[in-house]
Amino acid sequence: MAALVASLYKSISYRGAEGQWAWILHRASGLGIVLFLYMHILSIFVAAIGPEPYEWVHKTLYTSPPAKVMEVFLLFGVLYHAANGMRIIIIDFFPALGKYQRTIVRIELALVAIVLVPAAIITLQGLF
Amino acid sequence: MRIKMRIRRFNPEADSKPWWGEYWVDVEESDRVLDALHQVKWYQDGALTLRRSCAHGICGSDAMVINGRNALACKVLMQDVGDVCQVEPLRNMPLIKDLVVDMEPFFAKYRAVLPYLINDNLPASGERYQSQEARARYDDTTKCILCAACTTSCPSFWANEDYIGPAAIVQAHRFIFDDRDDAADLRLRVLNDVDGVWRCRTVFNCVQACPREIDVTRAIGEVKLALLNGLEE
Repeated sequence: MAALVASLYKSISYRGAEGQWAWILHRASGLGIVLFLYMHILSIFVAAIGPEPYEWVHKTLYTSPPAKVMEVFLLFGVLYHAANGMRIIIIDFFPALGKYQRTIVRIELALVAIVLVPAAIITLQGLF
Repeated sequence: MRIKMRIRRFNPEADSKPWWGEYWVDVEESDRVLDALHQVKWYQDGALTLRRSCAHGICGSDAMVINGRNALACKVLMQDVGDVCQVEPLRNMPLIKDLVVDMEPFFAKYRAVLPYLINDNLPASGERYQSQEARARYDDTTKCILCAACTTSCPSFWANEDYIGPAAIVQAHRFIFDDRDDAADLRLRVLNDVDGVWRCRTVFNCVQACPREIDVTRAIGEVKLALLNGLEE
């Protein structure tokens, strides 16, 4: 744990550029997706307890405003992780493109935003 | 202009852990961080310990963390550092004193990639000729001065000190893609290790840190592709 904290501190305190922040966000979004999967499995397991708790989790808890906001975060995590993964694959197979990596990061974020913004509006509508 | 120098100090004989020393220096805009460090050492605290040799960006001795980013102290101009200049030793290297770190683990990795020409077949006569195109293939990676700015800026290296690091891969690239050399297989075997090129996460900190402007991540990518597809002849 101490090594993890030290490593995290080094990563955040170094003044890296786009590549470093893209990498930190990739790790954070990956971790977030894994945590969501655990939660997902757990919430489906509630069906084993009975239909009422299952209905409550899926119809009351998951439609509550905090859950909707978290859904947008989840969407961002999945979209970003996928887009950034594609960027890494592209640079791995075409190393010469590395010199355009700053532009590629910006294109990637723009693509994420194009999908995320309308999806977030649809998800959050009715809350405001 | 008057600038505050914040310097990470550590004397193993007196201190239990590193601390920040603060010094005010008068410098010209065209002075370099190394000049400011000299001012501190020569006129304020002679005990300040740092490594430098040529002071012109060629020997690679004075790589350090300047305002949170790896650079050579002899190449960064004071006009570019702001009102406070914060200087720390390179990260994840054994600290000897103040700004001096033990470079031996770094050079051990350098030696591991066999950074010298290996070819047991003597040329028919005279020199080994090489075309300009063949020389250009690895031109970028001949510029490395082994300052360790790239390796110590790499998050993969911070997390795992056994990672061979960008500098050693750059040095390996310089010989792997040299058509006069016969030992690419030996070097690729070293780099295919669990702590070899595959630890690279394409973070690009190395490219930003390199004072010689080597496209380090590209060199690493080319070595990865050589491992995947074999070397094109």
